[in-house]
Amino acid sequence: MAPHDLRRPFKRRPISDQQKRRELSLLRQSQNRSDAQQRARNLASSVISLQSSSPDFDPEILSEAVPELDAGSESESSSFDIRQASRLRGPEARKWFARQLMLPEWMIDVPDNLSQDWYVLARPTGKRCFVVSSDGTTVSRVRNGSILHHFPSALPGGARKKGTSGPAQSYSILDCIFHELDQTYYVIDMVCWRGYSLYECTAEFRFFWLQSKLAETGACDPPSFYHKFRFSAVPFYNCNQSGLHSAYTGSLPYVKDGLLFYNKHAHYHTGNTPLVLIWKDERCSQYVIDTDNNGEVPNQQHIVLELQDEGKLVTSDDPPVPFSCLNADFVKQSGLSSGALIRFAIGDGGLNCVDGRFEKADLQYIGVSNRARAFADSYSKIMFQYMARHSPLKIEDLASNISHENQQDKPLEVEMSD
Amino acid sequence: MAMEITQILLSAQSADTRVRTEAEGSLRQFQEQNLPQFLLSLSFELANNDKPAESRRLAGILLKNSLDAKESARKDHLVKQWCAIDVALKSQIKELLLRTLGSSALEARHTSAQVIAKVASIEIPQKQWPELVGSLLNNMTQQGSPAHLKQSTLETLGYVCEEISHHDLVQDEVNSVLTAVVQGMNQAGNPAEVRLAATKALLNALDFSQTNFENEMERTYIMKMVCETACSKEADIRQAAFECLVSIASTYYEVLEQYMVTLFELTSNAVKGDQESVALQAIEFWSSICDEEIDRQEYDSPDSGDSSPPHSCFIEKALPQLVQMLLETLEKQEEDQDHDDDVWNISMAGGTCLGLVARTVGDVIVPLVMPFVEANISSPNWRSREAATYAFGSILEGPTTDKLAPMVAAGLQFLLTATKDVNNHVRDTTAWTLSRIFEFLHSPDSGFSVITPENLPVIVGVLLESIKDVPNVAEKVCGAIYNLAQGYEDSGANSSLLSPYLTEIIKQLLAAAERTDGAESKLRGAAYETLNEVVRCSNLSEASSIIAQLLPVIMAKLGQTMDLQIVSTDDREKQAELQASLCGVLQVIIQKLSGKEDTKPIVMQSADDIMRLFLRVFGCHSSSVHEEAMLAIGALAYATGAEFVKYMGELFKYLQMGLQNFEEYQVCSITVGVIGDICRALDETILPFCDQIMGLLIQNLQSEALHRSVKPPIFSAFGDIALAIGAHFERYVAPALQIMQGAAQVCAQMDTLDEELMDYSNQLRKSIFEAYSGILQGFKDTKSEVMIPYAQHLLQFVELVSKDSLRDESVTKAAVAAMGDLADVVGEKTKQLFKNFTFCGEFLNECLQSDDEELRATALWTQGMIGRLMLSS
Repeated sequence: MAPHDLRRPFKRRPISDQQKRRELSLLRQSQNRSDAQQRARNLASSVISLQSSSPDFDPEILSEAVPELDAGSESESSSFDIRQASRLRGPEARKWFARQLMLPEWMIDVPDNLSQDWYVLARPTGKRCFVVSSDGTTVSRVRNGSILHHFPSALPGGARKKGTSGPAQSYSILDCIFHELDQTYYVIDMVCWRGYSLYECTAEFRFFWLQSKLAETGACDPPSFYHKFRFSAVPFYNCNQSGLHSAYTGSLPYVKDGLLFYNKHAHYHTGNTPLVLIWKDERCSQYVIDTDNNGEVPNQQHIVLELQDEGKLVTSDDPPVPFSCLNADFVKQSGLSSGALIRFAIGDGGLNCVDGRFEKADLQYIGVSNRARAFADSYSKIMFQYMARHSPLKIEDLASNISHENQQDKPLEVEMSD
Repeated sequence: MAMEITQILLSAQSADTRVRTEAEGSLRQFQEQNLPQFLLSLSFELANNDKPAESRRLAGILLKNSLDAKESARKDHLVKQWCAIDVALKSQIKELLLRTLGSSALEARHTSAQVIAKVASIEIPQKQWPELVGSLLNNMTQQGSPAHLKQSTLETLGYVCEEISHHDLVQDEVNSVLTAVVQGMNQAGNPAEVRLAATKALLNALDFSQTNFENEMERTYIMKMVCETACSKEADIRQAAFECLVSIASTYYEVLEQYMVTLFELTSNAVKGDQESVALQAIEFWSSICDEEIDRQEYDSPDSGDSSPPHSCFIEKALPQLVQMLLETLEKQEEDQDHDDDVWNISMAGGTCLGLVARTVGDVIVPLVMPFVEANISSPNWRSREAATYAFGSILEGPTTDKLAPMVAAGLQFLLTATKDVNNHVRDTTAWTLSRIFEFLHSPDSGFSVITPENLPVIVGVLLESIKDVPNVAEKVCGAIYNLAQGYEDSGANSSLLSPYLTEIIKQLLAAAERTDGAESKLRGAAYETLNEVVRCSNLSEASSIIAQLLPVIMAKLGQTMDLQIVSTDDREKQAELQASLCGVLQVIIQKLSGKEDTKPIVMQSADDIMRLFLRVFGCHSSSVHEEAMLAIGALAYATGAEFVKYMGELFKYLQMGLQNFEEYQVCSITVGVIGDICRALDETILPFCDQIMGLLIQNLQSEALHRSVKPPIFSAFGDIALAIGAHFERYVAPALQIMQGAAQVCAQMDTLDEELMDYSNQLRKSIFEAYSGILQGFKDTKSEVMIPYAQHLLQFVELVSKDSLRDESVTKAAVAAMGDLADVVGEKTKQLFKNFTFCGEFLNECLQSDDEELRATALWTQGMIGRLMLSS
């Protein structure tokens, strides 16, 4: 019943400054609230480094290997795929497991923020393997996917024993190194536990779970009828001066083979990753420089590269780093086919680098590589080995990097405490 | 039986306070003790022609107030009361009301028409007054019905149509009602009072006529009658007919095509020759068409993918003639229109419409207007100069920058000079035009500005000179400075450009705010608002010392307002207004300076004094100030952090008052937000105040009287409080969670077609999840078991939300976070629950694939938390 108001705003701004002040206040409040809640979740620091990538599975490989898996499974969560895969047998299983380990790059330069963002641990000497416990049995598979042991264990679902192992779907996958000397599986990472995938969890979280959960199962107990091998969690440290020192010089029940560095925020990433690094020197490893089949250090550095189309020779990295090229006629004569792994020696010309990047190599053909190998060498391995022979990265370099970081931090701390 | 209440009704209007109060008391008592008899007695009073006009008037008002109220809870109550009254008694009341329509007293008839419509709004949808329409129509058709009965019957029909939907009647009845109304408009056989009433009734019945407007024959008949009526010889009837056309322009835009030629001619004649009240409606018709077309253009964004409502390009088709018509209105200025806010005349309406036309059609308007501008802008006649400038300023929004830039660049110098024009109007409009130029053609960050480092000094010089002009001009200059500063907003390399002038600009703005000759204009408010924008947009590292110097100046001014002599309510209002402006400036300064760690101490050093001022402002008891001071206090709490606790003792009662201010719900809402700021500043030290705060917040949520927009912030505040006091929140868990569950229930039942309601529902759901998150995280370290009984409900609520495809991203984020908080905090006890709620995995996967990085990160975190839970044994 009210008459229509004819008057319209005349020579006026449409928004009042007061309204603007209200809106800006609301914006500030909502931002502060969200910050406060994130802090409560301890999320603020890790959010930034969380990666958005979906689980690193190649569904094609899986469905190729196991025809009975329907296409619908491709969209399922990664834990589902792993459970299926844990039941794979024979060559399919080998093929699949060969791609599941997270592989460290070799440390060819020292990453920033070692003391804040990284853990360090002493790598036990031995065979790196995936240990899968499910359906009442435990299987360990080495890097190329072939079985090392098939045995009962106290891991969840790892033995046909009533009561302790929990339901049938309760399976676990551990990333281990089998240490021959004391016949122990040293666990360096936890990939799945009691049916739940840890792929999307940070190393910080995985290590925490590994330490707290492994012992509960009795897997760390001495061997028994239902538990053929002992498991043990590898101690890890924050990579500050004392952590580095402990890992490097500390006395451990196993023989060390270098140091592993894990970025705390990194998820479990199958294949090579720069967020896990391996470093070795003579003091903490017997195998700094690769040995040949007879256990002797060759005069020249040997490397294995993969032959691709048109004679290109590349590393195992993704994307592959091209190293050299084979003459087409030579390829034909030697009966080499694309995908072959070929061993070379590095000649006196060495590796030439420009601005830290590889430029060209003096390669001498040796022959097709040992069949046991699943992969070519990675770029970082070749470089590390080369450096080890010529100008190695020393433990002092790591330590000085850490102390340099701390010095940078110090003046800031003083200012903030004022 | 009805009671004789004439004397009481008259006494209730007595000049003698004692008599009046007593009579009011008796009436209230009567109403409370016997509502049916009370209403019946009032109806008798209203219907009785022998009673004095005064008692009948009050009887009518009391009747209306017993049936309808603005506030919806009160209205629901009244409707229930009416429905509960005995049917026979209600019929008696309705009969009396209908009889009153034939009364000789105009006022009684008019009141009765309104009351009938209120009863109809309750009873017709429930089919409880089926005979109403018949008896009203009978008044219209019965032989010998007196004109005054027809008049009030038409009025009643209009009001009834406005109150109900056409779905409440059968179509035959709708048709008969419209026929009666439209026939009442007929020139032949109807006296002027009936035709006017019929035309006004049609205006009220337009929404009701949807079905009839869909039918071309009926529509054309109605349109023909409206157009004929628009040519009546009585001006008030013509005006009413044009009001119908304005309403039709927006309600039935889609079907106007076939009438547009006629309508153009009709409106054009009215604009050119009719008296102003009619001409204004005729211009408003075109402004409404512009509104419709602009809406349609905005709705028709290519990414919306919706099929947009039809756009008939009426403005474009009429463009040359329409622009010509509007330009002609511009020279009909009134001498003093810039001094009086209540003025609305044909040149203002025409200029405003021209601006809307420019926004509707864009570039094509430029060549139609520029010749007029060029021909008149240097005219010796001030009307021509002002009209030309206004026309130029009007078309600055709409056309592309490319089209406008060369003209503006060429005209800028002219305009700067025109700020010295001898005529006040011309200077006013010139300053306004400059402000429009800076608003639309000065955004250096996005790549274009008419302002260059070369002409900037000249421009600033001219503005700082013109701000000393008469108040109405100075106010427009403030607007120009506002937009100038906004273009240099603190981001990127451009923010430094204004830094060299800041000291002088601030000085002149303060001087403008100080002026005493601007009492009637809005100069002071404009000067302070501009000061705010200048501070906000300044480059903080270059301006920090200037802003630091401004702080004590504003504080001193705020202090001086306490000493103003207050005699009248007018004085009180002026004081409040000034305090509001100054609190606003302080808020902006505090917020600006606390934006960086190295400037924060400037605020900290003065915090005690600032707070003392705010408390004194509260002491002056004006709610408008209350609001601005409250906003500023929130900013201060953020700046001072934990130290804020020392102010709580004195501040607390004002916080309580703010939370209880339902009437001015903005004040309540802002106070709720400030509670959040204080929680974050104080953490656990807010604990002693929490019982009272939570008590009030819970009361507020339960109240139907509080505006609903305040409720979501209250839920968010639950989360803020819980996060601050941690496990101490335990004592509030039961009542808080009960209300949260209730509100979640309400969300589930909301009408998903109502856009406004969906917005509200999104806000409400987000805030409920925020409350869950805060409460859960508060229990992280201890007593998390308190939340076990609520886990199931939370997950049900998340599930419900996950299935709503219309939910807002912010709701999704809050839901996912709350889910993670549950897993994180309550842990093992929810493990089975998470297993049972199978939607979780799917929902998380959906979130993990979102384009929103924050959502992905939150979902990852939640996945980790649930994962950790599943691993536990």
